[in-house]
Amino acid sequence: MQNISLAIVLVPLFGAIIAGLFPVSRRVAHSVTIGGVGLSFFLSIYVFYKVILLGEGTFNQTLYTWLEVGAIKFEIGFMVDSLTAMMMLVVTFVSWMVHIYTVGYMRDDPGYNRFFSYISLFTFAMLMLVMSNNFMQLFFGWEAVGLVSYLLIGFWFTRESAIYANLKAFLVNRVGDFGFILGIAAVLMTFNSLNYVEVFNQADQHKDAVMQIIPGLDWSVMTVICILLFIGAMGKSAQFPLHVWLPDSMEGPTPISALIHAATMVTAGIFMVARMSPLFELSTTALSFVMVIGAITALFMGLLGLVQNDIKRVVAYSTLSQLGYMTVALGASAYAAGVFHLMTHAFFKALLFLGAGSVIIAMHHEQDMRKMGGLKKYLPITYWTALIGSLALIGFPGFSGFFSKDAIIEATHQAYEAERAGAGFAYYSVLLGVFITALYSFRMFFLTFHGKERMDEHTRSHLHESPKVVTIPLILLAIPSVIIGMLTIEPMLFGEYFKGVIAHNPFNPENYHGVIGFIGHGLLQPPFWLAMAGVGTAYYLYMKAPQIPEQITYRCNMFHKILLDKYGFDRFNDWFFAGGTRKIGNGLWKIGDIKIIEGIVNGIAKMVLWLSSVIRHTQTGLLYHYAFAMILGLAVLLGIFVFGAKL
Amino acid sequence: MIKITFYLFSLILIFAASRVITIKNPVHAALFLVLAFFSSAAIWLILQAEFLAMVLILVYVGAVMVLFLFVLMMLNVNFDTLREGFVRHLPLAAFVGAVILLEMVLVVGTWHHALPTEVATGSNTAALGSVLYTEYVYPFEIAAAILLVAMIAAIALTMRPHTRSKYQKPEQQVRVRREDRIRIIKD
Amino acid sequence: MPELNEFLIVGAVLFCISAAGIFLNRKNLLIILMCIELMLLSVNMNFIAFSYFNADLAGQVFVFFILTVAAAESAIGLAILIILFRNKYSINVDDIDTMKG
Repeated sequence: MQNISLAIVLVPLFGAIIAGLFPVSRRVAHSVTIGGVGLSFFLSIYVFYKVILLGEGTFNQTLYTWLEVGAIKFEIGFMVDSLTAMMMLVVTFVSWMVHIYTVGYMRDDPGYNRFFSYISLFTFAMLMLVMSNNFMQLFFGWEAVGLVSYLLIGFWFTRESAIYANLKAFLVNRVGDFGFILGIAAVLMTFNSLNYVEVFNQADQHKDAVMQIIPGLDWSVMTVICILLFIGAMGKSAQFPLHVWLPDSMEGPTPISALIHAATMVTAGIFMVARMSPLFELSTTALSFVMVIGAITALFMGLLGLVQNDIKRVVAYSTLSQLGYMTVALGASAYAAGVFHLMTHAFFKALLFLGAGSVIIAMHHEQDMRKMGGLKKYLPITYWTALIGSLALIGFPGFSGFFSKDAIIEATHQAYEAERAGAGFAYYSVLLGVFITALYSFRMFFLTFHGKERMDEHTRSHLHESPKVVTIPLILLAIPSVIIGMLTIEPMLFGEYFKGVIAHNPFNPENYHGVIGFIGHGLLQPPFWLAMAGVGTAYYLYMKAPQIPEQITYRCNMFHKILLDKYGFDRFNDWFFAGGTRKIGNGLWKIGDIKIIEGIVNGIAKMVLWLSSVIRHTQTGLLYHYAFAMILGLAVLLGIFVFGAKL
Repeated sequence: MIKITFYLFSLILIFAASRVITIKNPVHAALFLVLAFFSSAAIWLILQAEFLAMVLILVYVGAVMVLFLFVLMMLNVNFDTLREGFVRHLPLAAFVGAVILLEMVLVVGTWHHALPTEVATGSNTAALGSVLYTEYVYPFEIAAAILLVAMIAAIALTMRPHTRSKYQKPEQQVRVRREDRIRIIKD
Repeated sequence: MPELNEFLIVGAVLFCISAAGIFLNRKNLLIILMCIELMLLSVNMNFIAFSYFNADLAGQVFVFFILTVAAAESAIGLAILIILFRNKYSINVDDIDTMKG
């Protein structure tokens, strides 16, 4: 078991090193990395089989002690329980699909080997993150995925916009990571250990502990730890207000958007909170904070998706919105539902992104939806898989997204009835979010695949379905997008899959009457009707009466502008944080550096010059002066020797 | 008896030394220096350092002082100008000398050391030689090298290229060609 | 036999005379060189006195080396003196102040 888990982690790293550091051919580069990640995937299945199906239980072992300072140990170790096993499967599977897809997507790119090296490295980092058994290694994986994300967003490093986007992603993530590492430090301070098991076992003892960060104000230790950790999750999982980097990250190649910025890396925050559920469960304040942040993200980021014309950006905003849903679920203590949505979302969002990528390949790297339309007959496989992805995204009954999203809304409703702070706002936000999700998803769908063909003649003549390396991953991802929800809802939400791993489960197995019953129940609930209304609205606005959206735009100019401006976050950040930092830096340079530091340095130099100009007069160059000085010194020394002893 | 000899030679030594620094004519100063060396050699004999006493006379009086006199006579120096300020500096020099002397006498005057229990017998030269060529053989070699270097340095410093003297240049003789030597005027 | 400190005092007197000599004849390089020889002589006197009273030949070995080095030193010193005179037509110490700061 130990060797297998080590192999799962290290094989992708090995592939990354081969492809990245050695001058190998393209064929070798993609064979090694695809083979490595594939091996990881199959080993993950084996691990899943052993841990879950054979019921061997949690595997938890420390492999290597990296550093020992007093009682504090920094270790490398693996913990594989049901949550980890599921994450390993999702990460390796989606990553593997993306690897294969990349062979087609990046065919003509000069950075082919580099790209494979990066995505394999990413798989390694993400696996380190999810398989960790302590906070230190979690932080390592956390930073490593951040680094790879930075490298991949700026993959086309000659584009100015890509450089801007990756710098932005990196800086925004720094803000989150700062909170995260403070959180880890608080954990270390409180529990005196970084090991998950040790921390969780002690958690109850510190339930009522308080600390004073600002003198005189008592803060619950648990609340502080949880909110700090969640700030880390906000950065990585792009929650309001640290969401600004995710839409810009679409500057990277599409496979990356699918792998990192939709399916896996951004879910690291969700995973982390679910992993820390024994801590979060002790602080209702932190949970309310999480829920409100999630609700804001889910609703308002969805709204932005309505006005985007870039196909990838629409998907990106939908990712933000769905991450908001997951966060709401976490805040409502329905960790299982959040993780469940994480899993289903990973499949259908990867599918949507890869589908969008397939469209982009066909359109010769044109991403503007206003120049598409009627692609259905040219790209049949892409069309059907995109339809499956969209239906899963809006939560059409029977598709995977339906189960997870319904569970989240149900959990939020329960929290609302339990009168948790912020739950009311969250509940109505996610309900409204369902309508908006359906609206922007099908707006994108109709604009791309139906209606008038708005591309130019040259592009139209070259339109054809993407090659097999692109379509096969699409099909392979479409299958779980449909069925994974109904297969896993019972054990994950109502069964005992997460027992002992996730602290709290609001779902009562007695209310569950099979998949059919769940679907039947869902058909009568408002979310389904809201989703249908969204699809209908989209159909009407973009197929039947395309002039209406223009009029709405015209009438509600103000509102439209705010949406296009993304609520002004980017401008505010540029003006306040970037500009302010530059001003402070400028001031420090002019006053601190030039006036004070250089003043001291130059002053010392000038003083030495002045002093030496005085002292040089003692150097007469005359022999007897030196001799005199020596004799005088001798006399003084002798004097000290003779009289000093007597004194 | 030995004490009287010691005091006698000590007085001569101190007198000679003070004349070295006060006398006008540097040639006389050099001669007084010779006297000082002689008397200290005598004191060294009292201390049973026969070899060093002989070396002092042979090397210093015989070689170094002769060198001094050579230089003195070779250089056409007006020594009168060099004595300027002698009287002016006398008080300061006397004061500093007196202070150091006072201090040194205070340091060493109180020292008392028992006479050596065993008096060295046999030849001092042989004893010194046996130590010098065994225990101190490396410093001895180094001292030899220092003397050699000093000799070369002294020659190199003072040698002037002799433009008038005739000498051969072997490297040019070897390199000579036929055209340099003969000229064919007519075939 | 005289005491050890009597020999040492003779050495000290010799040393002080030569030190004073350097100040008195501060212009004449030749006399300064002679004074240095005298100083070395006084040091040697101490060495030999200690050597005798401690019955240790090492002191005499040192004197031997000092004599060697002093001979070399005076040879080079005089050579320098000659070059100086050749270049400046003077052995006045006041004229040698090229190293003035």
